[in-house]
Parts: sequence; C-alpha cells; structure tokens
Amino acid sequence: MDWFLIISSGAKIAIITFGIILPMVALCSLAERKVSAFIQDRIGPNRVGIPMTLFGAKKDIALLGLVQPLADGLKFLLKEDFTPKHVRKFYFWLAPALVLVPALLTVGVIPFGSSIQVLGKQIPLVIADLSIGPLFVFAISSLGVYGIVLAGWASNSKYPFLGGVRSSSQMISYEIALGLSVIPVLMIFGDMNLGSIVRFQDANGWLLFPAWGSGWTLQRWILLIPLVISFVIFTVSIFAETNRAPFDLPECETELVAGYHTEYSSMKFALFFLGEYAAMIVGSALIVTLFLGGWSIPFGHYLGLGAADAIGNWWVGLLHVGCFLTKVAAFIFFFMWVRWTVPRFRFDQLMRLGWIFFFEIALANVFLTALILMLVK
Amino acid sequence: MPSVLFYLFSAIMLGFGILVVALRNPVSSALSLAMSFLGLAALFVSLGAFFIGIIQVLVYAGAVMVLFLFIIMLFDIKAEERRKLNLPAVIGGIVLVLIFTLQLATVLSDFQPGKRQINTVPLDPANALATRHANGLTVPTIDKDLAAGELPDVKLIGETLFTKYNFHLQIVGVLLLVATVGVIVISRREDKTVEPVPAK
Repeated sequence: MDWFLIISSGAKIAIITFGIILPMVALCSLAERKVSAFIQDRIGPNRVGIPMTLFGAKKDIALLGLVQPLADGLKFLLKEDFTPKHVRKFYFWLAPALVLVPALLTVGVIPFGSSIQVLGKQIPLVIADLSIGPLFVFAISSLGVYGIVLAGWASNSKYPFLGGVRSSSQMISYEIALGLSVIPVLMIFGDMNLGSIVRFQDANGWLLFPAWGSGWTLQRWILLIPLVISFVIFTVSIFAETNRAPFDLPECETELVAGYHTEYSSMKFALFFLGEYAAMIVGSALIVTLFLGGWSIPFGHYLGLGAADAIGNWWVGLLHVGCFLTKVAAFIFFFMWVRWTVPRFRFDQLMRLGWIFFFEIALANVFLTALILMLVK
Repeated sequence: MPSVLFYLFSAIMLGFGILVVALRNPVSSALSLAMSFLGLAALFVSLGAFFIGIIQVLVYAGAVMVLFLFIIMLFDIKAEERRKLNLPAVIGGIVLVLIFTLQLATVLSDFQPGKRQINTVPLDPANALATRHANGLTVPTIDKDLAAGELPDVKLIGETLFTKYNFHLQIVGVLLLVATVGVIVISRREDKTVEPVPAK
C-alpha cells in the first residue's frame, strides 16, 4: 500500500471539490446575477457584505455583494422543505442528488495543473489520471440525465414531466454530436489521457493556437479548419448538455413554469441549481483542456513556465492552476453572456439543429481530419 | 483489486439484478438494471479494462436505459399488482438457473488459463512490444504506450476491430443501417391517404 498516494489523493479530492469547485459554484450564482445586471444595464446584488449593523455599527461593509452566495445558501437551508402529497417520495428525494453527484464525479479526471511539489515529491494535479479521460467525462455526465428525468417523473404533475421528457431526448441527441465532435481532437493527439493531452499542448502549442514548439507546421495550421468546426459543435453541445440557455428547454419558464424542478423547494431545489453550475464548470474545464491548452501558459516553454519547470518550483505549479482557473472563468463568463443575450430556441429547432446539422457536420469533420492527417505531412 | 471490492461490486450487480425481476414498479426495475450495469462496469475496471467498463456506463447505463426509462414513463405503465406466486414458473426458473450454473461450472473448470491467479501473471508491456515487433505489428501510438509501460487498451481494441474484424465490423454497420432505415419506414406517418379522425 502506497500511503502517500492514498493520502495525497484524498487531499486532492477534498481540496478540488471543497476548495475549488463548490466555491466556484457559489461564486457562479453571484456572477450570473452580476453579469445579467451588467448586460441589462442594472447594478445587481451589491449590498450583502459583513452585517456590521447587527453589532451596533452605523453602516454595513458591502464588499461588492460578495457574500451574497452565503446569504442565498442560508436562505435555502432555512426555508420550509415542502414535499407535495402527490409525489413519489423515494425518487423525489433521490433526484436532486443524482443531478449533483455526476457533475462532481467528472471533475476527477480533469487536470487542474501540471504538478506541485509537496514534501519533496511531485504530485500531479489530477485526481485520477485515467487513460480514457474524455470518455469517462461523457459516461458519467450522461448519468446526470437520470436526476432530471426522475425529478420530472417523481413530481407526478404535468409541467415537470414534460421538462423531464424534453431533457432526456435533448441530452441523448446532443451526446452524439458531443462524442463525434471530439473524435478529430483525439485523432490528432492519438491519446485519450487528458493529462498527456495538456502536456502535449504545453510543449507544442494549444490546439486552437499552435504558435510554439512543433506547432509551426503546415499540418497543424491546416488542421485548424476541422478543429474550429469541432470546437463550435463541442461548445454548443455542452450548452445543450448542461441545459443552459439558449437550450434550457427542460426548465423554460414561459412554457413549463419551471420545468422539472417546479415541485421542489428549499435545499432540494438548490441542489438542481448547484448541479447545473457544477456541470457548467466541468464543461468549461473540458473545453479548455481539449482545445485551449488546459493549464499551460502561452509561450510558457520559452518563459521558463512550462511543465518541466514545475518540478521543484511550487510557485510554477500554482501559476498553472491559476492559469487554468482563469481560462475556465473566462468560459463561464461566455456561458453567462450567451444566456443573457441569445433568445431561447424552440424545441423542434433544437432537435433539428442536433440531428440534422451537428450530427452530419461532426461526422464529415472526422473524415476531413483523417484526410488532412493522411495527405498533409 | 482488493477482493473486498470484488465482492462488493458483485453483490451490487447481482442484488440489483434480482431487484430487476423482483420489483413490481417498471421504473424501479429499469433503474435497478442501470445500477446492475454500474456494478458490472466496476468489475471491468477492476480487471484493467477501463475502456469496456466506461463503454458499459456510456452506452448501457447512459443511453439505452435512459431510452427505456423514457418509454416506460411516456406509456405510464402502472405497477403490476401483486399476483399470487406462480409456483410452476418459479420452480422452472430456479431449475433453469441451476442447470445453467452447472454448465458454466463444468465449462470453466476445463478452462486452463482461468486456473492462473491474476497476480501471478502481471502485465508485461516490454515483452508484448517485442512480440508485436517480431510479428511485424507497428502502430506508433501503441508502441509509445507499451514502451512507457502502459496498457493501451483502447488502441488495442481499435486495432483488432479495424484489422482482424474489419469485415465483420462493416457487416454490423450495414445491419445497423438497415435497422435504422426500417425504423424510419415503420414510424413514418402515412396520413395523406387517411382522413384525420374528427375530435368528439
């Protein structure tokens, strides 16, 4: 038994889940409101800070409203947890957990940084360095649909049910486009280990920005054509997989009240929310890892900030983590930007887009990539 | 893998497998089957077959069972009422299971490679690489993994499928295509000739 491995893995699970993902989820809920306010020319939540008036002071310390998520969480915990009479109790209780758990499980294979030195040992900053990274993420996140379907069915009323049915057909449709669009990427790397995919990009240029290492080849730059197509399909499919606007049909307010979580209240409702944000974070992290170099710093190879420089330099390792989180945060901002500017699709449009356009384009893209890989050396 | 985990996941698989038959609510049965698949996937992973395990989750638990669930919910099949135990059927089932187990046991007891314990036959990537080269098999990505001492299970499956079983793979592909076309033909509505039934 390698106790160091077990302890370090436990520490990584604890730190990444409770130190990075869950705080990010909390901040996302604040950021969503701030970004929507910014886009709609409002101010957004800016009051909640340290409640000094409770202790007799004249004014509160506002802190730009950064404590808002805490207040929201407290509100959810203290609200009445109402379970309607007509629901199927067991599944009604199970569903919120089934939404959150897969989203958190997928974090396990995503490399958050290169490696970091602790007690004289290099620890790779990924919880499980599997040789089938992207497939693991797809497999586990495809289990998330159970939560939504069960929530819709167990609620035993028609709007949640319609939301659940919509969600399952939507997720199955877009999983195909998602899987096919990632094949060109895997063909170029010839590898499915997310860690080595990022190391390759660190040494040879990001997939969408091959500007250093062996990136200056004709092949890599011609490959940008299929890769940009892949990137667009992948990103749009992630939007659909995470039920984010403009594809939030399962919970669209104007047609289905609140969709699959209509009957839920207090913390159970909040778990659906947390699950959605966690899925969004994992989706962004996957896009960043596959297409935009993961933790690698642009030109880090020349600046002395590459993967090899992290050995023995704990601050380089931390810099890589920071770089990764910055990229992910930028993507999350993009997700929110889209949500508050693009109108919602109609359901038949959504299915048409998935089955008639993305499926075919992604399939043709695989052939295009294979041709380029074969002809242009 | 510690044998505790093997027994745990086997118990999950078999337990939920029994529940699939025993539970009367179709949705519960479908979910039990999904759980059973998860236990099976864990057993595959424990054998080092990560790819098969993950495909088990991705295809069966993630797609096929979701479709099953979808259809069960759409039809709103009610839970079957508790009927009286059909004694001949139960006895017949048990006898069949016993015969099958006996057959499995006799077949497996003759299976020589099964006699070796897994910890006495460790993976030997370097040797495998040498054997492959001797047989004239060179795929750069597989060679790289083997040289690094890893088992390239995905790549080996791909290689086998597209070289040894290439023809069979294409036949299966055509079969699936035919099935798809058949589904479309059957499910296509032909209400051009039929007058819509007026609402009452």
